[in-house]
Amino acid sequence: MGAILAIDGVNKRFHGLRAVQDVSFEVAEGAIFAVIGPNGAGKTTLFNMIAGVFAPDAGSIVFAGERIDGLAPDAVCRRGIGRTFQIVRPFAGLSVEDNVMVGALLRRPDRAAARAHARDILARLDLADKRDVAAAALTLPDRKRLEVARALATGPRLLLLDEVMAGLRPTETDRMVAILTELNRTTGLTILLIEHVMRAVMALAHTVLVLHHGARIAEGVPDTVVRDKAVIESYLGSEAPA
Amino acid sequence: MSGVFTGAVRPGAWVFLFIFLAALLVAPFLANDYVLTILILILYFAYVGQAWNIMMGFAGQLSLGHAIYVGLGAYTTAALYVHYGVGPWIGLIAGMAIAVACGALIGFLAFRFGVSGVYFAILTIAFAEFARIGFDHFGWVGASGGYFLPVAQYSHNDVWNLRGKPIMFYYLMLALSMAAFAICALLLRSRMGYFWQAIREDEEAARSLGIDTFRYKMYAVTISAGMTSVAGMFFAFYYNNLFPEQVFHISRSIELILGPIIGGIGTLFGPIVGAVLLTGLAEGLREIMDYFGYDAPGAKQVFYGVCLLVVVLLVPNGVWPPLARALRLTGGERRKTGEGHAGRETGEGRDR
Repeated sequence: MGAILAIDGVNKRFHGLRAVQDVSFEVAEGAIFAVIGPNGAGKTTLFNMIAGVFAPDAGSIVFAGERIDGLAPDAVCRRGIGRTFQIVRPFAGLSVEDNVMVGALLRRPDRAAARAHARDILARLDLADKRDVAAAALTLPDRKRLEVARALATGPRLLLLDEVMAGLRPTETDRMVAILTELNRTTGLTILLIEHVMRAVMALAHTVLVLHHGARIAEGVPDTVVRDKAVIESYLGSEAPA
Repeated sequence: MSGVFTGAVRPGAWVFLFIFLAALLVAPFLANDYVLTILILILYFAYVGQAWNIMMGFAGQLSLGHAIYVGLGAYTTAALYVHYGVGPWIGLIAGMAIAVACGALIGFLAFRFGVSGVYFAILTIAFAEFARIGFDHFGWVGASGGYFLPVAQYSHNDVWNLRGKPIMFYYLMLALSMAAFAICALLLRSRMGYFWQAIREDEEAARSLGIDTFRYKMYAVTISAGMTSVAGMFFAFYYNNLFPEQVFHISRSIELILGPIIGGIGTLFGPIVGAVLLTGLAEGLREIMDYFGYDAPGAKQVFYGVCLLVVVLLVPNGVWPPLARALRLTGGERRKTGEGHAGRETGEGRDR
Protein backbone atom coordinates (compact mmCIF):
# COMPACT_ATOMS: atom_id res chain seq x y z
CA MET A 1 0.00 0.00 0.00
CA GLY A 2 1.33 3.42 -0.93
CA ALA A 3 1.28 6.51 1.19
CA ILE A 4 -1.87 8.61 0.89
CA LEU A 5 -0.33 11.40 2.96
CA ALA A 6 3.33 12.34 2.89
CA ILE A 7 4.67 15.04 5.21
CA ASP A 8 8.18 16.11 4.39
CA GLY A 9 10.37 18.41 6.48
CA VAL A 10 7.49 20.54 7.71
CA ASN A 11 8.26 23.58 9.89
CA LYS A 12 6.07 26.14 11.56
CA ARG A 13 7.17 29.01 13.70
CA PHE A 14 4.96 31.41 15.68
CA HIS A 15 7.17 34.42 16.36
CA GLY A 16 9.91 33.01 18.60
CA LEU A 17 8.29 29.64 19.11
CA ARG A 18 9.18 26.78 16.81
CA ALA A 19 5.92 24.89 17.03
CA VAL A 20 6.83 22.20 14.53
CA GLN A 21 10.39 21.42 13.45
CA ASP A 22 11.37 19.27 10.50
CA VAL A 23 8.63 16.75 10.95
CA SER A 24 8.39 14.06 8.28
CA PHE A 25 6.23 10.99 8.12
CA GLU A 26 3.98 9.04 5.80
CA VAL A 27 0.53 7.64 6.35
CA ALA A 28 -0.26 4.50 4.38
CA GLU A 29 -3.58 4.27 2.61
CA GLY A 30 -6.08 2.45 4.80
CA ALA A 31 -4.05 2.94 7.97
CA ILE A 32 -5.04 4.36 11.33
CA PHE A 33 -2.23 6.69 12.32
CA ALA A 34 -2.03 8.39 15.72
CA VAL A 35 -0.04 11.46 16.69
CA ILE A 36 0.58 11.74 20.42
CA GLY A 37 2.68 13.92 22.67
CA PRO A 38 2.43 16.27 25.62
CA ASN A 39 0.55 19.56 25.48
CA GLY A 40 2.43 22.05 23.35
CA ALA A 41 4.20 19.35 21.39
CA GLY A 42 2.92 20.76 18.11
CA LYS A 43 0.23 18.20 17.39
CA THR A 44 -2.53 20.70 16.72
CA THR A 45 -0.21 22.91 14.67
CA LEU A 46 0.66 19.91 12.52
CA PHE A 47 -3.03 19.05 12.23
CA ASN A 48 -3.92 22.60 11.22
CA MET A 49 -1.27 22.64 8.51
CA ILE A 50 -2.69 19.48 6.98
CA ALA A 51 -6.24 20.83 7.24
CA GLY A 52 -5.26 24.10 5.55
CA VAL A 53 -5.83 26.43 8.50
CA PHE A 54 -2.35 27.78 7.85
CA ALA A 55 0.56 26.98 5.58
CA PRO A 56 3.88 25.55 6.80
CA ASP A 57 6.90 27.87 6.73
CA ALA A 58 8.89 25.15 5.05
CA GLY A 59 8.40 21.61 3.87
CA SER A 60 5.67 19.95 1.86
CA ILE A 61 2.43 18.13 2.47
CA VAL A 62 1.42 15.78 -0.31
CA PHE A 63 -2.00 14.17 -0.33
CA ALA A 64 -2.87 11.55 -2.93
CA GLY A 65 0.01 12.68 -5.10
CA GLU A 66 -0.83 16.38 -4.94
CA ARG A 67 0.74 19.12 -2.85
CA ILE A 68 -1.86 20.59 -0.56
CA ASP A 69 0.20 22.78 1.78
CA GLY A 70 -1.05 26.34 1.53
CA LEU A 71 -4.50 25.42 0.23
CA ALA A 72 -7.53 26.89 2.03
CA PRO A 73 -9.49 24.60 4.40
CA ASP A 74 -12.42 24.25 2.01
CA ALA A 75 -10.10 23.35 -0.86
CA VAL A 76 -8.39 20.74 1.33
CA CYS A 77 -11.77 19.21 2.13
CA ARG A 78 -12.72 19.09 -1.54
CA ARG A 79 -9.46 17.22 -2.25
CA GLY A 80 -10.72 14.48 0.08
CA ILE A 81 -9.68 15.30 3.65
CA GLY A 82 -12.34 15.56 6.35
CA ARG A 83 -11.63 17.01 9.77
CA THR A 84 -13.19 17.40 13.20
CA PHE A 85 -12.62 20.16 15.72
CA GLN A 86 -11.20 19.57 19.17
CA ILE A 87 -13.78 21.95 20.61
CA VAL A 88 -16.85 20.68 18.78
CA ARG A 89 -18.54 23.14 16.46
CA PRO A 90 -21.97 21.78 15.55
CA PHE A 91 -24.35 23.97 13.54
CA ALA A 92 -26.36 24.52 16.69
CA GLY A 93 -29.53 25.81 15.07
CA LEU A 94 -29.83 22.94 12.63
CA SER A 95 -31.07 19.44 13.32
CA VAL A 96 -28.58 16.59 13.62
CA GLU A 97 -29.60 15.32 10.20
CA ASP A 98 -29.24 18.73 8.56
CA ASN A 99 -25.78 19.10 10.08
CA VAL A 100 -24.78 15.96 8.25
CA MET A 101 -26.74 17.03 5.15
CA VAL A 102 -24.44 20.03 4.79
CA GLY A 103 -21.48 17.68 4.50
CA ALA A 104 -23.31 15.21 2.30
CA LEU A 105 -24.32 17.91 -0.21
CA LEU A 106 -20.69 18.59 -1.04
CA ARG A 107 -20.43 15.64 -3.40
CA ARG A 108 -24.12 14.87 -3.78
CA PRO A 109 -25.87 17.97 -5.12
CA ASP A 110 -29.11 16.02 -5.38
CA ARG A 111 -30.90 16.51 -2.09
CA ALA A 112 -32.58 13.11 -1.98
CA ALA A 113 -29.26 11.35 -2.55
CA ALA A 114 -27.56 13.57 0.03
CA ARG A 115 -30.26 12.84 2.58
CA ALA A 116 -30.01 9.11 2.03
CA HIS A 117 -26.25 9.37 2.44
CA ALA A 118 -26.62 11.46 5.59
CA ARG A 119 -28.96 8.89 7.13
CA ASP A 120 -26.63 6.09 6.25
CA ILE A 121 -23.81 7.88 8.05
CA LEU A 122 -25.99 8.76 11.04
CA ALA A 123 -26.77 5.05 11.38
CA ARG A 124 -23.07 4.19 11.33
CA LEU A 125 -22.39 6.74 14.06
CA ASP A 126 -25.27 5.57 16.28
CA LEU A 127 -27.11 8.85 15.81
CA ALA A 128 -30.04 7.70 13.71
CA ASP A 129 -32.56 8.04 16.53
CA LYS A 130 -31.46 11.62 17.21
CA ARG A 131 -31.64 12.92 13.67
CA ASP A 132 -34.51 15.35 14.30
CA VAL A 133 -33.01 16.79 17.47
CA ALA A 134 -31.41 20.22 17.28
CA ALA A 135 -27.65 19.82 17.43
CA ALA A 136 -27.52 22.28 20.32
CA ALA A 137 -29.47 19.81 22.47
CA LEU A 138 -27.00 16.94 22.12
CA THR A 139 -24.80 15.66 24.94
CA LEU A 140 -21.01 15.85 24.53
CA PRO A 141 -20.51 12.23 23.40
CA ASP A 142 -23.25 12.70 20.80
CA ARG A 143 -21.71 15.95 19.65
CA LYS A 144 -18.35 14.27 19.25
CA ARG A 145 -19.94 11.63 17.06
CA LEU A 146 -21.88 14.27 15.13
CA GLU A 147 -18.56 15.98 14.46
CA VAL A 148 -17.24 12.75 12.95
CA ALA A 149 -20.47 12.13 11.03
CA ARG A 150 -20.42 15.55 9.44
CA ALA A 151 -16.80 15.23 8.32
CA LEU A 152 -17.47 11.71 7.07
CA ALA A 153 -20.42 12.90 5.00
CA THR A 154 -18.09 14.91 2.76
CA GLY A 155 -16.76 11.60 1.47
CA PRO A 156 -13.13 11.91 2.57
CA ARG A 157 -10.33 9.49 1.76
CA LEU A 158 -8.50 10.71 4.85
CA LEU A 159 -10.22 11.60 8.08
CA LEU A 160 -8.42 13.90 10.53
CA LEU A 161 -9.64 13.55 14.11
CA ASP A 162 -8.61 16.18 16.64
CA GLU A 163 -8.98 14.64 20.11
CA VAL A 164 -12.39 13.12 19.50
CA MET A 165 -12.05 11.08 22.69
CA ALA A 166 -11.36 14.05 24.96
CA GLY A 167 -14.00 14.37 27.65
CA LEU A 168 -15.55 10.98 26.96
CA ARG A 169 -16.09 8.35 29.64
CA PRO A 170 -14.38 4.97 29.09
CA THR A 171 -17.59 3.34 27.81
CA GLU A 172 -18.11 6.19 25.34
CA THR A 173 -14.46 5.98 24.31
CA ASP A 174 -14.85 2.28 23.59
CA ARG A 175 -17.98 2.99 21.58
CA MET A 176 -16.11 5.57 19.47
CA VAL A 177 -13.18 3.19 19.04
CA ALA A 178 -15.54 0.46 17.85
CA ILE A 179 -17.20 2.83 15.37
CA LEU A 180 -13.89 4.04 13.96
CA THR A 181 -12.46 0.55 13.72
CA GLU A 182 -15.56 -0.61 11.87
CA LEU A 183 -15.37 2.36 9.49
CA ASN A 184 -11.73 1.70 8.74
CA ARG A 185 -12.34 -2.00 8.26
CA THR A 186 -15.41 -1.78 6.05
CA THR A 187 -14.60 1.29 3.95
CA GLY A 188 -10.81 1.32 3.96
CA LEU A 189 -10.91 4.91 5.20
CA THR A 190 -7.52 6.25 6.29
CA ILE A 191 -7.63 7.92 9.70
CA LEU A 192 -5.11 10.28 11.25
CA LEU A 193 -5.86 11.12 14.84
CA ILE A 194 -4.39 13.38 17.46
CA GLU A 195 -5.14 11.87 20.80
CA HIS A 196 -4.32 11.98 24.48
CA VAL A 197 -6.46 9.06 25.53
CA MET A 198 -3.98 6.20 25.41
CA ARG A 199 -6.72 3.63 25.87
CA ALA A 200 -8.06 4.67 22.45
CA VAL A 201 -4.66 5.03 20.82
CA MET A 202 -3.61 1.53 21.86
CA ALA A 203 -6.87 0.04 20.64
CA LEU A 204 -7.02 1.91 17.34
CA ALA A 205 -3.69 2.89 15.89
CA HIS A 206 -1.61 0.82 13.53
CA THR A 207 1.20 3.36 13.79
CA VAL A 208 1.98 6.00 16.41
CA LEU A 209 4.05 9.13 15.96
CA VAL A 210 5.28 10.90 19.09
CA LEU A 211 6.01 14.62 19.03
CA HIS A 212 7.84 16.55 21.72
CA HIS A 213 8.73 20.24 21.54
CA GLY A 214 7.69 20.28 17.92
CA ALA A 215 9.97 17.46 16.86
CA ARG A 216 9.51 13.78 16.23
CA ILE A 217 10.95 11.57 18.94
CA ALA A 218 9.53 8.19 18.02
CA GLU A 219 7.41 6.38 15.48
CA GLY A 220 6.29 2.80 15.28
CA VAL A 221 3.67 0.28 16.27
CA PRO A 222 1.91 1.20 19.55
CA ASP A 223 3.38 -1.59 21.65
CA THR A 224 6.92 -0.61 20.76
CA VAL A 225 6.39 3.12 21.09
CA VAL A 226 4.98 2.94 24.61
CA ARG A 227 8.14 1.12 25.74
CA ASP A 228 10.41 3.72 24.16
CA LYS A 229 12.49 5.39 26.86
CA ALA A 230 12.28 8.88 25.37
CA VAL A 231 8.52 8.60 25.05
CA ILE A 232 8.09 7.46 28.63
CA GLU A 233 10.24 10.28 29.91
CA SER A 234 8.70 13.08 27.89
CA TYR A 235 5.08 12.07 27.79
CA LEU A 236 3.75 8.91 29.29
CA GLY A 237 5.57 8.94 32.60
CA SER A 238 4.78 6.26 35.13
CA GLU A 239 1.17 6.01 33.97
CA ALA A 240 2.17 4.23 30.80
CA PRO A 241 0.00 1.23 30.13
CA ALA A 242 2.00 -1.95 30.31
CA MET B 1 -32.78 31.74 15.06
CA SER B 2 -32.98 28.76 12.97
CA GLY B 3 -33.66 27.20 9.83
CA VAL B 4 -37.14 27.56 9.78
CA PHE B 5 -40.05 26.72 7.67
CA THR B 6 -42.86 24.67 8.91
CA GLY B 7 -41.45 21.29 8.53
CA ALA B 8 -44.05 18.79 8.85
CA VAL B 9 -46.52 21.30 7.51
CA ARG B 10 -49.87 20.16 8.69
CA PRO B 11 -52.87 20.09 6.41
CA GLY B 12 -54.28 22.89 8.53
CA ALA B 13 -51.39 25.08 7.52
CA TRP B 14 -52.24 24.80 3.87
CA VAL B 15 -55.88 25.65 4.55
CA PHE B 16 -54.72 28.62 6.58
CA LEU B 17 -52.41 29.72 3.80
CA PHE B 18 -55.13 29.33 1.20
CA ILE B 19 -57.59 31.44 3.18
CA PHE B 20 -54.92 34.07 3.77
CA LEU B 21 -54.15 34.23 0.08
CA ALA B 22 -57.80 34.34 -0.93
CA ALA B 23 -58.33 37.20 1.50
CA LEU B 24 -55.45 39.10 -0.07
CA LEU B 25 -56.85 38.53 -3.54
CA VAL B 26 -60.28 39.94 -2.77
CA ALA B 27 -59.11 42.59 -0.31
CA PRO B 28 -59.02 45.52 -2.78
CA PHE B 29 -62.72 45.09 -3.51
CA LEU B 30 -63.61 45.38 0.15
CA ALA B 31 -61.10 47.99 1.22
CA ASN B 32 -61.30 51.72 0.82
CA ASP B 33 -58.42 53.72 -0.65
CA TYR B 34 -56.82 54.32 2.72
CA VAL B 35 -56.84 50.66 3.71
CA LEU B 36 -55.56 49.75 0.26
CA THR B 37 -52.60 52.10 0.76
CA ILE B 38 -51.77 50.36 4.01
CA LEU B 39 -52.07 46.93 2.42
CA ILE B 40 -49.69 47.99 -0.33
CA LEU B 41 -47.25 49.19 2.31
CA ILE B 42 -47.52 45.90 4.18
CA LEU B 43 -46.82 43.92 1.01
CA TYR B 44 -43.94 46.21 0.18
CA PHE B 45 -42.30 45.59 3.55
CA ALA B 46 -43.01 41.88 3.33
CA TYR B 47 -41.18 41.86 0.01
CA VAL B 48 -38.07 43.82 1.04
CA GLY B 49 -38.00 41.98 4.37
CA GLN B 50 -37.94 38.71 2.46
CA ALA B 51 -35.06 39.95 0.28
CA TRP B 52 -33.06 41.17 3.28
CA ASN B 53 -33.73 37.92 5.10
CA ILE B 54 -31.77 36.00 2.47
CA MET B 55 -28.61 37.79 3.55
CA MET B 56 -29.16 37.95 7.28
CA GLY B 57 -31.60 35.17 8.05
CA PHE B 58 -30.20 32.54 5.70
CA ALA B 59 -26.51 33.40 5.31
CA GLY B 60 -25.99 35.34 8.54
CA GLN B 61 -24.59 38.53 6.98
CA LEU B 62 -26.01 41.64 8.62
CA SER B 63 -26.76 44.44 6.17
CA LEU B 64 -27.83 47.74 7.64
CA GLY B 65 -27.67 49.56 4.33
CA HIS B 66 -30.27 47.82 2.20
CA ALA B 67 -31.79 51.17 1.27
CA ILE B 68 -28.95 51.51 -1.23
CA TYR B 69 -30.38 48.69 -3.37
CA VAL B 70 -33.90 50.11 -3.18
CA GLY B 71 -32.48 53.49 -4.20
CA LEU B 72 -30.38 52.20 -7.07
CA GLY B 73 -33.34 50.27 -8.47
CA ALA B 74 -35.59 53.29 -8.03
CA TYR B 75 -33.29 55.89 -9.55
CA THR B 76 -32.17 53.70 -12.45
CA THR B 77 -35.65 52.76 -13.59
CA ALA B 78 -36.97 56.29 -13.04
CA ALA B 79 -34.10 57.98 -14.89
CA LEU B 80 -34.30 55.62 -17.85
CA TYR B 81 -38.06 56.20 -18.02
CA VAL B 82 -37.92 59.99 -17.76
CA HIS B 83 -34.84 60.59 -19.89
CA TYR B 84 -35.24 57.94 -22.56
CA GLY B 85 -38.76 56.67 -22.26
CA VAL B 86 -37.54 53.18 -21.39
CA GLY B 87 -40.31 51.19 -19.74
CA PRO B 88 -39.73 50.22 -16.10
CA TRP B 89 -39.53 46.49 -16.78
CA ILE B 90 -36.73 47.03 -19.29
CA GLY B 91 -35.15 49.63 -17.04
CA LEU B 92 -35.32 47.13 -14.22
CA ILE B 93 -32.74 44.97 -15.99
CA ALA B 94 -30.29 47.86 -15.74
CA GLY B 95 -31.44 48.67 -12.22
CA MET B 96 -30.91 45.12 -11.05
CA ALA B 97 -27.54 44.94 -12.76
CA ILE B 98 -26.38 48.10 -10.99
CA ALA B 99 -27.70 46.93 -7.61
CA VAL B 100 -26.12 43.50 -8.06
CA ALA B 101 -22.81 45.11 -9.05
CA CYS B 102 -23.00 47.32 -5.97
CA GLY B 103 -23.77 44.33 -3.75
CA ALA B 104 -20.92 42.42 -5.36
CA LEU B 105 -18.54 45.32 -4.67
CA ILE B 106 -19.54 45.57 -1.01
CA GLY B 107 -19.43 41.79 -0.66
CA PHE B 108 -16.07 41.50 -2.36
CA LEU B 109 -14.48 44.21 -0.21
CA ALA B 110 -15.86 42.70 2.96
CA PHE B 111 -15.54 38.97 2.35
CA ARG B 112 -12.19 39.06 0.58
CA PHE B 113 -10.60 41.00 3.40
CA GLY B 114 -12.30 39.19 6.24
CA VAL B 115 -14.60 42.00 7.30
CA SER B 116 -17.46 40.42 9.20
CA GLY B 117 -20.05 40.92 11.92
CA VAL B 118 -20.58 44.50 13.03
CA TYR B 119 -17.75 45.72 10.81
CA PHE B 120 -19.53 44.35 7.80
CA ALA B 121 -22.72 46.05 8.96
CA ILE B 122 -20.86 49.36 9.26
CA LEU B 123 -19.51 48.93 5.75
CA THR B 124 -23.03 48.50 4.40
CA ILE B 125 -24.13 51.67 6.22
CA ALA B 126 -21.14 53.51 4.78
CA PHE B 127 -22.07 52.58 1.23
CA ALA B 128 -25.68 53.63 1.70
CA GLU B 129 -24.42 56.95 3.04
CA PHE B 130 -22.04 57.36 0.08
CA ALA B 131 -25.01 56.85 -2.19
CA ARG B 132 -27.16 59.33 -0.28
CA ILE B 133 -24.51 62.03 -0.44
CA GLY B 134 -23.61 61.15 -4.01
CA PHE B 135 -27.20 61.39 -5.23
CA ASP B 136 -27.59 64.65 -3.34
CA HIS B 137 -25.17 66.08 -5.89
CA PHE B 138 -26.22 64.08 -8.92
CA GLY B 139 -27.85 66.72 -11.10
CA TRP B 140 -28.94 64.32 -13.84
CA VAL B 141 -31.54 62.89 -11.48
CA GLY B 142 -32.43 66.12 -9.69
CA ALA B 143 -29.82 66.03 -6.92
CA SER B 144 -31.14 67.01 -3.50
CA GLY B 145 -34.12 68.79 -5.06
CA GLY B 146 -35.73 65.44 -5.85
CA TYR B 147 -36.56 63.53 -8.98
CA PHE B 148 -40.12 63.35 -10.28
CA LEU B 149 -41.99 61.10 -12.63
CA PRO B 150 -44.75 62.64 -14.73
CA VAL B 151 -48.09 62.12 -13.03
CA ALA B 152 -51.57 62.30 -14.47
CA GLN B 153 -55.00 60.95 -13.63
CA TYR B 154 -54.90 57.53 -15.20
CA SER B 155 -58.13 56.13 -16.43
CA HIS B 156 -56.72 52.73 -17.18
CA ASN B 157 -53.96 50.56 -15.80
CA ASP B 158 -50.84 50.29 -17.91
CA VAL B 159 -48.85 47.48 -16.32
CA TRP B 160 -46.12 47.71 -18.94
CA ASN B 161 -45.35 51.32 -17.98
CA LEU B 162 -46.56 51.01 -14.38
CA ARG B 163 -48.95 53.90 -14.78
CA GLY B 164 -52.30 53.34 -13.19
CA LYS B 165 -54.47 53.20 -10.12
CA PRO B 166 -53.51 51.99 -6.66
CA ILE B 167 -55.26 48.67 -7.27
CA MET B 168 -52.76 47.85 -10.01
CA PHE B 169 -49.90 48.56 -7.63
CA TYR B 170 -51.58 46.42 -5.02
CA TYR B 171 -51.71 43.39 -7.26
CA LEU B 172 -48.21 44.04 -8.52
CA MET B 173 -46.88 44.11 -4.97
CA LEU B 174 -48.93 41.04 -4.06
CA ALA B 175 -47.42 39.15 -7.00
CA LEU B 176 -43.92 40.32 -6.10
CA SER B 177 -44.19 39.35 -2.45
CA MET B 178 -45.63 35.96 -3.36
CA ALA B 179 -42.80 35.43 -5.81
CA ALA B 180 -40.29 36.47 -3.15
CA PHE B 181 -41.82 33.98 -0.74
CA ALA B 182 -41.59 31.20 -3.32
CA ILE B 183 -38.02 32.10 -4.23
CA CYS B 184 -36.99 32.14 -0.59
CA ALA B 185 -38.70 28.81 0.07
CA LEU B 186 -36.86 27.24 -2.85
CA LEU B 187 -33.53 28.80 -1.91
CA LEU B 188 -33.79 27.71 1.69
CA ARG B 189 -34.37 24.09 0.74
CA SER B 190 -31.70 24.10 -1.94
CA ARG B 191 -28.09 22.99 -1.62
CA MET B 192 -27.12 26.64 -1.43
CA GLY B 193 -29.66 27.15 1.36
CA TYR B 194 -28.00 24.46 3.43
CA PHE B 195 -24.58 25.96 2.79
CA TRP B 196 -25.86 29.42 3.76
CA GLN B 197 -27.26 28.12 7.02
CA ALA B 198 -23.99 26.35 7.75
CA ILE B 199 -22.13 29.62 7.19
CA ARG B 200 -24.62 31.43 9.41
CA GLU B 201 -24.18 28.92 12.22
CA ASP B 202 -20.39 28.56 12.08
CA GLU B 203 -18.35 29.80 9.17
CA GLU B 204 -15.14 27.99 10.07
CA ALA B 205 -16.93 24.68 10.44
CA ALA B 206 -18.65 25.33 7.10
CA ARG B 207 -15.27 25.83 5.42
CA SER B 208 -13.99 22.61 6.90
CA LEU B 209 -16.83 20.83 5.10
CA GLY B 210 -15.58 22.05 1.76
CA ILE B 211 -17.89 25.03 1.37
CA ASP B 212 -16.34 27.94 -0.51
CA THR B 213 -17.75 30.45 1.96
CA PHE B 214 -16.63 33.50 -0.03
CA ARG B 215 -18.54 32.33 -3.06
CA TYR B 216 -21.74 31.51 -1.20
CA LYS B 217 -21.72 34.76 0.74
CA MET B 218 -21.32 36.56 -2.58
CA TYR B 219 -24.36 34.72 -3.93
CA ALA B 220 -26.35 35.77 -0.88
CA VAL B 221 -25.48 39.46 -1.14
CA THR B 222 -26.02 39.66 -4.90
CA ILE B 223 -29.33 37.77 -4.91
CA SER B 224 -30.56 39.91 -2.03
CA ALA B 225 -29.42 43.12 -3.74
CA GLY B 226 -31.07 42.15 -7.02
CA MET B 227 -34.38 41.30 -5.37
CA THR B 228 -34.33 44.48 -3.32
CA SER B 229 -33.80 46.64 -6.41
CA VAL B 230 -37.14 45.40 -7.78
CA ALA B 231 -38.78 47.03 -4.77
CA GLY B 232 -36.95 50.20 -5.83
CA MET B 233 -38.69 50.17 -9.19
CA PHE B 234 -42.00 49.80 -7.43
CA PHE B 235 -41.14 52.62 -5.05
CA ALA B 236 -40.26 55.01 -7.90
CA PHE B 237 -43.35 54.33 -9.98
CA TYR B 238 -45.75 54.16 -7.07
CA TYR B 239 -44.67 57.34 -5.30
CA ASN B 240 -43.47 59.17 -8.42
CA ASN B 241 -40.91 61.17 -6.47
CA LEU B 242 -37.48 60.36 -5.18
CA PHE B 243 -35.37 62.30 -2.70
CA PRO B 244 -31.90 61.04 -1.76
CA GLU B 245 -32.48 62.14 1.82
CA GLN B 246 -35.47 59.84 2.01
CA VAL B 247 -34.61 56.96 -0.27
CA PHE B 248 -31.07 56.27 0.94
CA HIS B 249 -31.49 57.38 4.53
CA ILE B 250 -30.45 54.94 7.21
CA SER B 251 -33.92 55.05 8.72
CA ARG B 252 -35.16 53.43 5.47
CA SER B 253 -32.65 50.63 5.92
CA ILE B 254 -33.69 50.15 9.53
CA GLU B 255 -37.41 50.25 8.72
CA LEU B 256 -36.86 47.54 6.15
CA ILE B 257 -35.24 45.10 8.56
CA LEU B 258 -37.65 45.56 11.48
CA GLY B 259 -40.29 43.35 9.87
CA PRO B 260 -38.15 40.22 9.60
CA ILE B 261 -36.59 40.84 13.01
CA ILE B 262 -39.95 41.11 14.70
CA GLY B 263 -41.51 38.36 12.63
CA GLY B 264 -38.56 35.97 12.94
CA ILE B 265 -35.17 36.15 11.28
CA GLY B 266 -34.41 33.24 9.01
CA THR B 267 -38.02 32.10 8.79
CA LEU B 268 -40.11 32.23 5.64
CA PHE B 269 -43.20 33.68 7.29
CA GLY B 270 -41.37 36.03 9.62
CA PRO B 271 -41.02 38.92 7.15
CA ILE B 272 -44.72 38.68 6.30
CA VAL B 273 -45.91 38.50 9.91
CA GLY B 274 -43.54 41.31 10.84
CA ALA B 275 -44.78 43.55 8.04
CA VAL B 276 -48.41 42.97 8.98
CA LEU B 277 -47.74 43.65 12.66
CA LEU B 278 -45.53 46.69 12.28
CA THR B 279 -47.23 48.51 9.45
CA GLY B 280 -50.70 47.48 10.43
CA LEU B 281 -50.34 48.44 14.08
CA ALA B 282 -48.41 51.64 13.36
CA GLU B 283 -51.13 52.85 11.02
CA GLY B 284 -53.80 51.77 13.48
CA LEU B 285 -52.04 53.73 16.20
CA ARG B 286 -52.05 56.80 14.00
CA GLU B 287 -55.75 56.39 13.38
CA ILE B 288 -56.44 56.21 17.08
CA MET B 289 -54.28 59.24 17.78
CA ASP B 290 -55.99 61.18 15.01
CA TYR B 291 -59.34 60.23 16.45
CA PHE B 292 -58.42 61.68 19.82
CA GLY B 293 -56.91 64.69 18.17
CA TYR B 294 -53.27 64.06 19.00
CA ASP B 295 -50.58 64.93 16.55
CA ALA B 296 -47.24 63.43 17.55
CA PRO B 297 -44.80 63.20 14.61
CA GLY B 298 -42.40 60.78 16.29
CA ALA B 299 -45.08 58.38 17.49
CA LYS B 300 -44.37 55.79 14.79
CA GLN B 301 -40.68 55.60 15.66
CA VAL B 302 -41.48 55.26 19.35
CA PHE B 303 -43.95 52.54 18.49
CA TYR B 304 -41.32 50.67 16.43
CA GLY B 305 -38.93 50.94 19.36
CA VAL B 306 -41.48 49.56 21.79
CA CYS B 307 -42.31 46.70 19.41
CA LEU B 308 -38.65 45.79 19.10
CA LEU B 309 -38.22 45.91 22.85
CA VAL B 310 -41.19 43.66 23.49
CA VAL B 311 -40.06 41.15 20.89
CA VAL B 312 -36.47 41.04 22.14
CA LEU B 313 -37.65 40.51 25.69
CA LEU B 314 -40.48 38.06 25.12
CA VAL B 315 -39.86 36.26 21.85
CA PRO B 316 -36.20 36.72 20.91
CA ASN B 317 -36.59 34.52 17.85
CA GLY B 318 -39.46 36.60 16.54
CA VAL B 319 -43.21 36.30 16.66
CA TRP B 320 -43.58 33.63 14.00
CA PRO B 321 -42.06 30.52 15.64
CA PRO B 322 -44.29 30.64 18.76
CA LEU B 323 -47.22 31.85 16.69
CA ALA B 324 -46.88 28.91 14.32
CA ARG B 325 -46.85 26.57 17.28
CA ALA B 326 -49.86 28.22 18.86
CA LEU B 327 -51.77 27.90 15.59
CA ARG B 328 -50.53 24.31 15.37
CA LEU B 329 -49.14 24.93 11.94
CA THR B 330 -45.90 23.11 12.56
CA GLY B 331 -45.03 19.57 13.41
CA GLY B 332 -45.57 18.29 16.89
CA GLU B 333 -42.11 17.74 18.27
CA ARG B 334 -40.93 20.45 20.46
CA ARG B 335 -37.24 20.85 20.75
CA LYS B 336 -35.47 21.56 23.94
CA THR B 337 -33.34 24.34 22.60
CA GLY B 338 -35.50 27.35 22.28
CA GLU B 339 -38.18 28.64 20.03
CA GLY B 340 -36.31 28.66 16.80
CA HIS B 341 -36.06 24.97 16.38
CA ALA B 342 -39.64 24.02 16.81
CA GLY B 343 -40.80 25.20 13.44
CA ARG B 344 -37.98 24.07 11.31
CA GLU B 345 -37.96 22.42 8.02
CA THR B 346 -37.51 18.73 8.31
CA GLY B 347 -36.90 18.22 4.67
CA GLU B 348 -38.33 16.47 1.72
CA GLY B 349 -37.55 13.07 3.14
CA ARG B 350 -40.39 13.28 5.59
CA ASP B 351 -43.03 15.43 4.05
CA ARG B 352 -43.14 14.31 0.49
